[in-house]
Amino acid sequence: MNIIVCVKQVPDPEAPPASFKIDSTTNKVAPQTNIPPVISPFDEQAVEAALRIKDAKGGKVTIISLGANLLRDVVKKPLSMGADELVLLEDPAFVDGDSWSTAYALAIAIKKIGQFDLIFCGRQAADWDSGQVGSCIAEILGLPQITVAKKVEVVDNKVKVEKVTADGYEVIEATMPALITVSNELGAARYATIKGIMAAKRKELIIWKPADIGADTAKIGVAGRRTKMHKLFQPVREGKCEIVTGENEEDAAANLAKKLMEVKLL
Amino acid sequence: MADNKGVMIFTEVVEGKLAPIAKELLGCGRKLADELKEELSALLVGSGVASFAAEAIAFGADKVYVVDDALLKDYRTDAYVAVVEKVAKQANPRILLLGQTTIGRDLAPRAAFRLGTAVTLDCVALEIDTSSKLLLQTKPVYGGNAQAIFTMETSPQMATVRAKAMSALVPDNARKGEVVTVAAGLDAAAIKTNLLQKVVQEVEGVKLEDAPVIVSGGRGIGGADGFKQLEELAKLLKGAVGASRPPCDNGWVSDTIQIGLTGKIVSPDVYIAVALSGSSQHLAGCSGSKNIIAINRDPEANIFKEARFGVVGDWKKIIPAFHAKAKELLGK
Ligand SMILES: Cc1cc2nc3c(=O)[nH]c(=O)nc-3n(C[C@H](O)[C@H](O)[C@H](O)COP(=O)(O)OP(=O)(O)OC[C@H]3O[C@@H](n4cnc5c(N)ncnc54)[C@H](O)[C@@H]3O)c2cc1C
Ligand SMILES: Nc1ncnc2c1ncn2[C@@H]1O[C@H](COP(=O)(O)O)[C@@H](O)[C@H]1O
Repeated sequence: MNIIVCVKQVPDPEAPPASFKIDSTTNKVAPQTNIPPVISPFDEQAVEAALRIKDAKGGKVTIISLGANLLRDVVKKPLSMGADELVLLEDPAFVDGDSWSTAYALAIAIKKIGQFDLIFCGRQAADWDSGQVGSCIAEILGLPQITVAKKVEVVDNKVKVEKVTADGYEVIEATMPALITVSNELGAARYATIKGIMAAKRKELIIWKPADIGADTAKIGVAGRRTKMHKLFQPVREGKCEIVTGENEEDAAANLAKKLMEVKLL
Repeated sequence: MADNKGVMIFTEVVEGKLAPIAKELLGCGRKLADELKEELSALLVGSGVASFAAEAIAFGADKVYVVDDALLKDYRTDAYVAVVEKVAKQANPRILLLGQTTIGRDLAPRAAFRLGTAVTLDCVALEIDTSSKLLLQTKPVYGGNAQAIFTMETSPQMATVRAKAMSALVPDNARKGEVVTVAAGLDAAAIKTNLLQKVVQEVEGVKLEDAPVIVSGGRGIGGADGFKQLEELAKLLKGAVGASRPPCDNGWVSDTIQIGLTGKIVSPDVYIAVALSGSSQHLAGCSGSKNIIAINRDPEANIFKEARFGVVGDWKKIIPAFHAKAKELLGK
């Protein structure tokens, strides 16, 4: 099995909400020196899904990441978990795109990688939550897609997926090659092993520029955007919380019940 | 762009009913269409869905496109994308809206790119820009820490809309509209996925989306046993139990009760948040609640910034005492 996983580096989405700031003059997210970059969590689970198939069937897992200033320690994490190759599309011309221009670059890079049976993406990247790049890659490459997967297996040359739905899940199968997007219900990603970390350190990266993949520069990054960002803002919340107290916690709890009765919320 | 006119809504039918989100979208679409002085159409896709056309008209549509075909009984991406492409090319809407649902989030990006346009997923507000006449699409980003307004100049301008972000109109059964039947014209061989099984994980009691009261637990609950106490409290208050993501990930509760950005969107009258910190991604699913009550031992927890009332302390002491007092006050 040849498997490709798309992973994105993002500011840690679990950082406290108070640390998030935007710069209204540039309409951009303020540089977050206090928030370390990580691999977008769903993408880590996409790597996990790929490694589980490699464990079962053997094969090769290639990671591909598009961005600028990608921290080696961050983007090499999938290698230390057990992936085999890492391809970076690293160039200022690739970045600040929308789902369409990002997917275009990833799709033609995937074509250059060559033979593949499965492509994995996260269900949505934890920065813009756009949730589209996987479908766009599938559309460009003409592949079947199954989104929001919680379990992925290869059975009799087909991929069989449990897809999360609002009230349970569906079991769907597709012919391969296919593109799957992964959700957290898949379960936690494995830890890197010491051996994996050592191997990842030594691993030579492949870095491609737009010309290396024959990208049409009008279709990548900012130039290729179909959506324009008009405005970026932080909604103001005028939260005023009344803290209900008491002699001790039990008393405070009883007072809360009384209070809620008073304001007719009980 | 110049030839594209009108607003089209992809109206989902779920469990033999026009979905609540479809009605919300028709309400929102009606406003946009009136502002543009153009027509509002609904697109009904499935097997045996023609009978819902009248209801779509009652909820605001001027015209209903019906694509009814046995091959469309279950949602399958390839089939539905082909249908949306066909109808959109025939009707040329200026704006095409879908719900941010299991189907919408799978279908919309693929259909958008097939049509040579783009889409913004999970919008919470839509407006027509007075000068450019473009659709301003407001969407939470960075897990809800910020919102961005996007526009696109390709057509149709597409968006999916979050549940409960818009309101439905009061249905008017006297409204008149036109029904247009479109043949699906599908090639079964081009459908590359197959639905083998649908598994519904029923949760007992009141449905989360409809519950007037939700008792929601977080990582601090510590295990399935703790959630039993929340269930008892929910029962007393005639509500439902929800959870942040960690209790679902840890298997203490069913994945289907996760509330948040990637879970359910709820807006009960009372949302009791117990031992959850109030991450932006969780709040994305419950900030529409009329009253949030926070119980957390950390006075700095972000949830207190969203709450109307709060108690600082250990839920293991607070929940039993609150339960007992509430029971007494309710005379039960
Ligand atoms: C892209 C993305 C999407 C996500 N989608 C969702 C989503 O849809 N829904 C969601 O919920 N999360 C989602 N998350 C995860 C989210 O970022 C947080 O990790 C999660 O919401 C934290 O859950 P929590 O508040 O229960 O846990 P924590 O943040 O660990 O908070 C636990 C809280 O419990 C309190 N506590 C502990 N013990 C006690 C006690 N005995 N008594 C009282 N208080 C106690 C602590 O003070 C703390 O505030 C998403 C994350 C990403 C990156
Ligand atoms: N810059 C990127 N590099 C690699 N993969 C990406 C990139 N952007 C998005 N993806 C993949 O596409 C998924 C969905 O992203 P998005 O549509 O931006 O929410 C992510 O979870 C990744 O798997």
